[in-house]
Amino acid sequence: MIQLVGISKKYPNGVKALTNINIHVKKGEFVFLVGPSGAGKSTFIKLLLKEESTSGGKLLINGENITKMHRRKIPYLRRKMGVVFQDFRLLDNKTVYENVAFAMQILEVSQKEIRRQVPIILSMVGLSKRANNYPNQLSGGEQQRVSIARAMINNPPILIADEPTGNLDPDTSWEIMKLLRQINRRGTTIVMATHDKEIVDIMQKRVIALEAGRVARDELKGGYGYED
Amino acid sequence: MMSIASVSSVAATLIILGIIFILIININSLTDSVKVQFDSVQVYLQDDLDRNVIEDIGNDIVNIVGVKEIIFESRGKALENMKESWDENGYLLDGLEENPLPDSYIVVLRGLVYSEHVVSELMLIEGVEEVKYYQDVIDKLLNVTQFIRTLGLVIIVILIAVSTFIINNTIKLAVNSRRREINIMKYVGATNWFIRWPFLLEGTLLGLIGALIASGVIYAAYKYTYNLFTSQFYVIIAAHIVSVGSIMEDLMFIFCVLGAGIGSLGSINALRRHLNV
Repeated sequence: MIQLVGISKKYPNGVKALTNINIHVKKGEFVFLVGPSGAGKSTFIKLLLKEESTSGGKLLINGENITKMHRRKIPYLRRKMGVVFQDFRLLDNKTVYENVAFAMQILEVSQKEIRRQVPIILSMVGLSKRANNYPNQLSGGEQQRVSIARAMINNPPILIADEPTGNLDPDTSWEIMKLLRQINRRGTTIVMATHDKEIVDIMQKRVIALEAGRVARDELKGGYGYED
Repeated sequence: MMSIASVSSVAATLIILGIIFILIININSLTDSVKVQFDSVQVYLQDDLDRNVIEDIGNDIVNIVGVKEIIFESRGKALENMKESWDENGYLLDGLEENPLPDSYIVVLRGLVYSEHVVSELMLIEGVEEVKYYQDVIDKLLNVTQFIRTLGLVIIVILIAVSTFIINNTIKLAVNSRRREINIMKYVGATNWFIRWPFLLEGTLLGLIGALIASGVIYAAYKYTYNLFTSQFYVIIAAHIVSVGSIMEDLMFIFCVLGAGIGSLGSINALRRHLNV
């Protein structure tokens, strides 16, 4: 599903963010990306989203080599990936329903289809009753669930989560993790960058640890492995 | 606020373009009508030619294709004419010891198209000192037109650049206030054109509104000026002024194309940086 072969990334300012990364994430896997700040987690995610391009190596997503992808094709690559951020990135002037519908409008899905799909996904994330509320009327956990609903509305095969629980208290974080696990069980591949030791230790999923731009550890059913 | 600035800068640019356009069209029309009035050429002869030589020259001139008729004007007659035209100051010429004017032929042409040909033939005739050719006047008018055209072009190019810059800034502000939305759109997989077109539409619309305002202003102002000329004392000039209706259609077309062009160029430019996420 996601395959990195000898990937390296050097920024124009000379910073070597990633060096010789070899990772193969299979379809349906749930992968934690851990490591201290500045280890290269963000760069890793930016490469997957083609927000940054690689300096060396080969990156395949869904069997397609995206290393030298034409800029015009990037939007279509991103449609295969849902993204969830630490800061939710919802539009404050749109309701929960509209925020989710927005992601479908962008792909020019018919209005009829939008009206059919949005309530289904909202009920999946448990926000049916909140459809007409605005983001600032919601708790942090609820806002993150809206952003997950938005990421999943177009049924992408991959979900990328960048510190999705970073702004949430432990109880709420667990609700989000349960939701992500549920999404994973339905077959979506998930890559989640996190600092949350407890979550990583309890979930017992594959853990890839980055340190100074290199893979320090890659374990199935691993633990966080760092003392914060 | 910025939208008002954009619309008015486009309108101002186009109004000035319109004024220059109207000026050039009118000078062209004036030049054309003036040309028709100069269908004669004056040929000055060398001093001290024999009477029969002068007659031979006259015969040579008549034989040139395009010459309708010739009138001989002796140096004495020329001086009398000059005295007459100087009117009461004519006595000043009485003090001359010697008549400084040459003999000449006034050559009337069959049409203005022959002028170049006739003049070049006249130059070849022996005994001809100088050919005074009213093309000078026409050339001067054409020079003025050329000057206005060049100056106008420079001003217009600068103004178009300024308007594009202002629209560019307006759209940049609009883009900035929706940066978050654009960012999310990019992550969800919106194509660049999907993001671009609403802003492009906004910029183009601002340009078009400016074009419409400019059309209105030019129409009203030109109509007012035209009526002023025709209804009052400048009837002779008015005969050469191009009517409002005959240019308005072209002008509006030019305005709309330029307005929309400035608007879309400005907005595409404003978006370029933001789309590289």
